[in-house]
Amino acid sequence: MNWHALRESWSEFRESPAGLCGLFLTTLLFLAALLAPLLSPLNPYDLEQLFLENSLKVPSLLDNWAYESFMLGSDGQGRCMYSAILYGLRISLYVGVASTLLSALIGTLAGLWAGYQGGRTDTLIMRLADIQLSFPAILIALVIMSLWGQGVGKIIIAISAVNWVFYARTARASTLSEKEKDYVDAAISIGVSAPAIMLSEVLPNIMAPIIVIGTVRIANAILLEATLSFLGLGVPVTEPSLGALVNEGYRVLFSGQWWVSVFPGLALMLVVLGINQLGDRLRDILNPRLKR
Amino acid sequence: MFAFILRRIYQSVLVLFCVSLVVFAILYLSGDPIQMLLPADASQEQIDEMRRHLGLDEPFWAQYLSFLRNALQGDMGRSFTFNQPAVKLILERAPATLELAVSAMILAILLGIPAGLFAAVKPKSWLTQIIMSGSLFGISLPVFWMGIMLIMVFSVFLGWLPSSGRGQTASFGGIQLGFLTWDGCKHLLMPAFTLAIHQVAMIVRLVRAGMMEVMLQDYIKFLRAKGLSERRVVLVHALKNIMIPVVTIIGLQTGYTIAFAIVTESIFAWPGMGKLVIDAIHSLDRPVILAYLLVVALMFVFINFMVDLTYSFLDPRIRLK
Repeated sequence: MNWHALRESWSEFRESPAGLCGLFLTTLLFLAALLAPLLSPLNPYDLEQLFLENSLKVPSLLDNWAYESFMLGSDGQGRCMYSAILYGLRISLYVGVASTLLSALIGTLAGLWAGYQGGRTDTLIMRLADIQLSFPAILIALVIMSLWGQGVGKIIIAISAVNWVFYARTARASTLSEKEKDYVDAAISIGVSAPAIMLSEVLPNIMAPIIVIGTVRIANAILLEATLSFLGLGVPVTEPSLGALVNEGYRVLFSGQWWVSVFPGLALMLVVLGINQLGDRLRDILNPRLKR
Repeated sequence: MFAFILRRIYQSVLVLFCVSLVVFAILYLSGDPIQMLLPADASQEQIDEMRRHLGLDEPFWAQYLSFLRNALQGDMGRSFTFNQPAVKLILERAPATLELAVSAMILAILLGIPAGLFAAVKPKSWLTQIIMSGSLFGISLPVFWMGIMLIMVFSVFLGWLPSSGRGQTASFGGIQLGFLTWDGCKHLLMPAFTLAIHQVAMIVRLVRAGMMEVMLQDYIKFLRAKGLSERRVVLVHALKNIMIPVVTIIGLQTGYTIAFAIVTESIFAWPGMGKLVIDAIHSLDRPVILAYLLVVALMFVFINFMVDLTYSFLDPRIRLK
């Protein structure tokens, strides 16, 4: 895509307030996550900064509008909720992006291979995908995590194991139509090997739909991680993501400490909403079928 | 038609076989249950004796075959924690989960289809704006957080609705159902709504997209030219033509709500099989996890089968393929 086309897409993108709102939310929250160590008043991982007398503080924003520690209250261990949310956002986004990249890589290669080779390889890979798709993602991820235990790396792999199917299907469908084209025949006739054709000829031409699917799936991956962490089957307690923070808040909800569960969930919802709005808009712009 | 059904049954059995193999292989690879069954100071002879007794010294295929033989007779071992047959535990709790999932789906259909139709037919209305942004919120809301917020508002602050359990149930044909009593309904309302939110959003988006495509077709223009009322055009002729994707989604989503009930049940302490399996996962109660997975897989295969049958009923062209 050249500079001119990019500018044209941008001017089209600008027309939708929802898309702009999504872009704004996503950028804001990604920046907040990246700059978490600079923005947060206290370090939630530093045990020396945790004091029990600070536990379950009411949000200070309620009576004093100032940027300070405990402005969103604190949890049962005396952790500043605002700082914990910034660091939690960091883990949630990290897991979301990393698992999306990994599943896109595996799925695209599998779909490309299945589509290009055809025959038995194709049947085997796509049957596997069909069977997997007939079971809910949450169940598959739950089984993997329950047998494997908690861990950031493990949950990235578990989510990728669930999500590769979507990329595989898209990549296969695009590959099937690309492989009939003349440039592939040309490459075959000058003796380029099959793997080289797949990776350097076909792959660049099927990237657009993969990128669109990727944006939409990041939001799903983040929600899936949050749900598993909420159930206690995701990230370890020492590195709480937003879902794990909500779980912690749920335990003190009945004694009236609402802020421990409300704010992390709100942050989670905003980031997913932002990415969904952005993804919807990108799909509308990049999908040529909708342009008539 | 008969050949079609036979072919689908054959495929379903194949899928179930694959699932049982995968689940068993994961469990086989995930480690030795002996450590959990015997005290830590057990001698090597005791461990060997136990292993021989449970058949764990046999090779993978032999173990799988004996597992399959038992599973076909409905025996998947006894729960370590409850010391009862795992299948019995799951089946006892299945009605609670099914009641929750079915209520959620009914709620989703009742809210989603009219909202989607309205949004497609009147795209400029302010209500459509609300419906569409609502559905975007719906797919972005973390379900577990939504449930917690409902508990916070309606149980903790207002004290209107109970936050946990199933309440009073009444027996109907030997099955305990909650929605037959007023107390049971109050208990059912929040969990079912929480579980339904996602589905409403999905159904709205699907119905709207489908309707917008159908409304551009020539036969709709013809019906209008013929002088049919707009209501009849939309509700009879257009709606009929989007039923296939809608039925598919409703079928698939019923399966998803059964699985997602795990989350809702653990928030609202709903005594269903999802709550049971989460507790089983935390206490490493392997037979219960296994029994849950196979029972749920059976349900999914059955639902998918029913969806396919409905298809061929709705669209005879599918039968011929």
